[in-house]
Amino acid sequence: MIDFSFTVLIPLIPIFVFLFVGLVGHKMKPMVSGIIGTLGLATSAILSYFTAYMYFFRVGKVNDVYQSFVGNGPIAKTVNITWLQLTDKLHIDMGVLLDPISVMMLIVITTISLMVHIYSLGYMKGEKGFARFYAFLSLFSFSMLGLVLATNIFQMYIFWELVGVSSFLLIGFYYEKPSAVAASKKAFIVTRFADLGFLIGILILSFNTGTFDFKSLTDIHGTAITSGAGASFLGLSVMTWSLIFVFMGGAGKSAMFPLHIWLPDAMEGPTPVSALIHAATMVVAGVYLVARLFPVYALSAPDGLTVVAYVGSFSSLFAAVIACTQLDIKRVLAYSTMSQIGYMMVGLGVSKYGGEAGLGYMASMFHLFTHAMFKALLFLGAGAIIHAVHSNVMNEMGGLRKYLPITHVTFLIACLTIAGIPFLSAFFSKDEILSAAYHHNRLIFVVQLFVAGLTAFYMFRLYFRVFWNKEPHYHHTPHEAPITMTIPLIFLAIASIFAGYIKFSHFVSSDSIPFESEIEWMNVAIPSIIVGLIGIGVAFVMYKKESNLPDKMASGLKLLYVGAFNKFYFDEIYLFVTKKIIFNYISRPVAWFDRHIVDGFMNAIAAVTNYVSLKIKGFQSGQVQQYAFVFVSGAILLSVVFIYLFSK
Amino acid sequence: MDILSLLVVIPIITVLGIMFVKDPKHVRIVSAIGMGLQLLLAGYLVYAYLSARNAGDTSEMLFMADHVWYAALNIHYTVGVDGVSVAMIALTGVVVFAGIFASWQVDFLPKEFFISLILLASGVFGFFISLDLFTMFLFYEVAVIPMYLLIGIWGSGPKEYAAMKLTLMLMGGSALLLVGLLGIYTNSAPNGGPLTFNILEIAKVHIPIEAQRMFFPMTFVGFGILGALFPFHTWSPDGHASAPTAVSMLHAGVLMKLGGYGAFRVAIFLLPEAAHELSWIFIILTSISVVYGAFGAIVQKDLKYINAYSSVSHCGLVLFAVLMMNKTAMDGAILQMISHGLMTALFFALIGMIYGRTHTRMINEMGGLMKIMPFLGVAYVIAGLASLGLPGLSGFVAEMTIFFGAFQHVDTFHRVVTLVAVSSIVITAVYILRVVGALLFGPIKNEHFLHLDDAKWFERLSTVTLIIAIAAIGLAPFWLSTMIGDSLQPIIDKLSMVIPG
Repeated sequence: MIDFSFTVLIPLIPIFVFLFVGLVGHKMKPMVSGIIGTLGLATSAILSYFTAYMYFFRVGKVNDVYQSFVGNGPIAKTVNITWLQLTDKLHIDMGVLLDPISVMMLIVITTISLMVHIYSLGYMKGEKGFARFYAFLSLFSFSMLGLVLATNIFQMYIFWELVGVSSFLLIGFYYEKPSAVAASKKAFIVTRFADLGFLIGILILSFNTGTFDFKSLTDIHGTAITSGAGASFLGLSVMTWSLIFVFMGGAGKSAMFPLHIWLPDAMEGPTPVSALIHAATMVVAGVYLVARLFPVYALSAPDGLTVVAYVGSFSSLFAAVIACTQLDIKRVLAYSTMSQIGYMMVGLGVSKYGGEAGLGYMASMFHLFTHAMFKALLFLGAGAIIHAVHSNVMNEMGGLRKYLPITHVTFLIACLTIAGIPFLSAFFSKDEILSAAYHHNRLIFVVQLFVAGLTAFYMFRLYFRVFWNKEPHYHHTPHEAPITMTIPLIFLAIASIFAGYIKFSHFVSSDSIPFESEIEWMNVAIPSIIVGLIGIGVAFVMYKKESNLPDKMASGLKLLYVGAFNKFYFDEIYLFVTKKIIFNYISRPVAWFDRHIVDGFMNAIAAVTNYVSLKIKGFQSGQVQQYAFVFVSGAILLSVVFIYLFSK
Repeated sequence: MDILSLLVVIPIITVLGIMFVKDPKHVRIVSAIGMGLQLLLAGYLVYAYLSARNAGDTSEMLFMADHVWYAALNIHYTVGVDGVSVAMIALTGVVVFAGIFASWQVDFLPKEFFISLILLASGVFGFFISLDLFTMFLFYEVAVIPMYLLIGIWGSGPKEYAAMKLTLMLMGGSALLLVGLLGIYTNSAPNGGPLTFNILEIAKVHIPIEAQRMFFPMTFVGFGILGALFPFHTWSPDGHASAPTAVSMLHAGVLMKLGGYGAFRVAIFLLPEAAHELSWIFIILTSISVVYGAFGAIVQKDLKYINAYSSVSHCGLVLFAVLMMNKTAMDGAILQMISHGLMTALFFALIGMIYGRTHTRMINEMGGLMKIMPFLGVAYVIAGLASLGLPGLSGFVAEMTIFFGAFQHVDTFHRVVTLVAVSSIVITAVYILRVVGALLFGPIKNEHFLHLDDAKWFERLSTVTLIIAIAAIGLAPFWLSTMIGDSLQPIIDKLSMVIPG
């Protein structure tokens, strides 16, 4: 038996670093807190790699099936304690679950996080709140690691909220800037709204299955799946509804349409944060959530998966169109992230359970893995560009290839990767998603193929405008980033090139049984290469040199261009809902009602009492004549009443 | 003397001690020592309680003491605690201790201020240990009356109006409550024999359903007014806004809990059938409270009003959960009382500290305070996160226990109102982030604030005490939840006996 109890340290080290740096960080030299944070995370990363080695190559596979380890098992032991007993059946545990996808996520998170820690030593140097930045990064790493290691859906929800708040704190890192404060608020509230769906989903799911545990939920012979259908409501089973609600939480975190509106604004945070949280790790939590519950989705709520597929596909198209028009380089990357996560959702949505039919599931996880590498690279590259020219806007860039050679090459590699150029990593992962779509839903396949072309176009639009095109007047000559920043770029570039050669289907599959997957050249790969090259070609013609072609295009497709440029007015809808409806049309009337009607009633009681006592105090005048008059009048009145009553 | 009576005696000795010192500084020190001892005693009580339970003592109430007080009406001074009251006593100990340090700078009649404050505390402690309805009511009044003086003399703004309003509304509640309690008393021996005020004795008999129907609404509303039950909550915003810091802390932190505790210990426990029959009315009212309070908080500009409306929402959840009448939800109700008590005390303490510096509570006149007073700013963010239910802090545990408990009901009505209550997590996030954003973040609006200082040592002590308690419950809820849950068993047994199904 292998003791995996040490894995609990992987999330715990960052939280201790957070507490330490958070409490005493302001007393240290800034760089010291940065180095403590980086070393802490490096330790977690080493433990993660060791865990991955042990799991995938030594003990994870038994009879050719990857096991999932939780608590005390016959083969391996992990930590799992009861944190809170809710009802007789339901209890919240805190622990570590090891299975192929959680171990894969450990690698992704610790790798990217470590790169971002190192990069930030250079990027954030001299910033006020350097220690605070590292404290928050550690808090985020803790939360994200806790999320992927969750043994049950409620533990996941807990860490889900914690990553939300870390994201809030980091987006609002420059808290003196009103736009950053507004963005952090928006991100928190929109995802919180989505989490309401997640919570409702958990309420229904746990009530019907009597458990939070992933292991019991996803057991294909367990009650959740075999008797899962349950009563039906509006044409879908209760199980399906609960999973759709759970997916709503995932859609919020993963910026799926229409809950995506917070992601572009989240770019107000420091760029390394965008790379870590809003590109590589947190935003894929929704994908991970669906993947984690995949057997339940696939076997007992296939309609839920259909929803996932269409939401993912539409989001990826929608975001890619917007990305073609944006001028802020970080926003282009943000929409690109949304689009790529759409691909991952499509992969899950079109997948079936088991064997080759589960190709989409594997492809989705594969794309998550490669995307983390190349998108983090893109963001960190964008950070180096911003570091050099002190602006986010493309119009103020151009011809940078001369000044930033390392950034230029690594950025080009990332662009080629995301464009799906053969033998770079995304070529493999994206084509497998396309293959899965090709076999299960042709409509989605066509849409995703088109999006692949758009992706190549907008990425190379960005590339040519920043590194080629006309050079604007720079206030001072842009300079290459320091070595702490370029090392992560080079590392991630290498990862982006070679990550595709991992035989992912040997490690991750929907039913944990390894299988072989092949590239389908004729149906999928060649069309996708062609659309990718077309996209690059169009971008080359339009943006390599300064020309008036882009303006002509824009005026030719005026309606679409203006719509996309304004992000199809979704921010306005958000403002309308929050400012107008919630603030003006609900809260104000409620507050008015409370002050004037409810409280007015209480005040009225007091006023009436006051008034009556003022009036009747005159009776206590002390004048005997008046008392006699009242006495006699009363006697007469009573006599009349009695006579009337008894005379009948 | 038994350990429980000591909880009432220490505050009284402290009050006597304060009377004999002159220097304001000594007044503060005596108060701090007295309430420090009280906190230690409360801590010891938790320890003693858990040890007794671990040693296998399964009686319903521990550390019981009983003295005849007025034999003709069979009134006793009966005290005893179970897990619920121990938890409430620990809460009170923490809040009062923090409250003393939060009022360190009271300079107008400090002696009288601390006397009233500690007298109030003794009433609260007495209430939580009482097992005799009459004694309970007596302590209840002891806790409510000093409030009038504290707000009327040391308050701010329209303080006479606020003090009058608060006292009259609570007295209105007391009047209903007294009738209700006497109604229970007169029906406490349906099979003949002496009438009794003893809660444990009454729980054993079956009060006729007609009497229950009559007296349940009275007791529930009577306690409910103190627990900010819609539509009888309007004393809360005005009262809190005018009250001095420590009084707001104690009032929202502890006194409002008397309502929830009483509703649970008296109204539901002693009159279960009527509670079952009529609960739907009050469930509707409380679920309105939850959402309505949260919406009301969104547009307020005064920090204290925001927190008062937020309390309406959170305390609404307490009564809501009590009315769900199952073990998990009730466990959640008690947790929510403790959690809300701590975080709202923290809020009011911080608001008082900020007001003491900026001399305004209007959020639109402030901004960027995080930069000027980072300690207070961070503490405010923590309080806010606790309030919006961030895991790792106490609010989350309490709310989730309530939601999952309430959702165990299989009928549509209970589930729909649960979903309504659940939606408050989003609205809460909206108003908390609005305040935090406007108050602490953004550019500094008023340059006069630039020279303001951060928290002093006594303010830090007060704040840190509360934050530690909030985080301790949030991180390790199991022991508290189990301690409370085990003590709910007799109540659940009684409910399941009389309620069909």
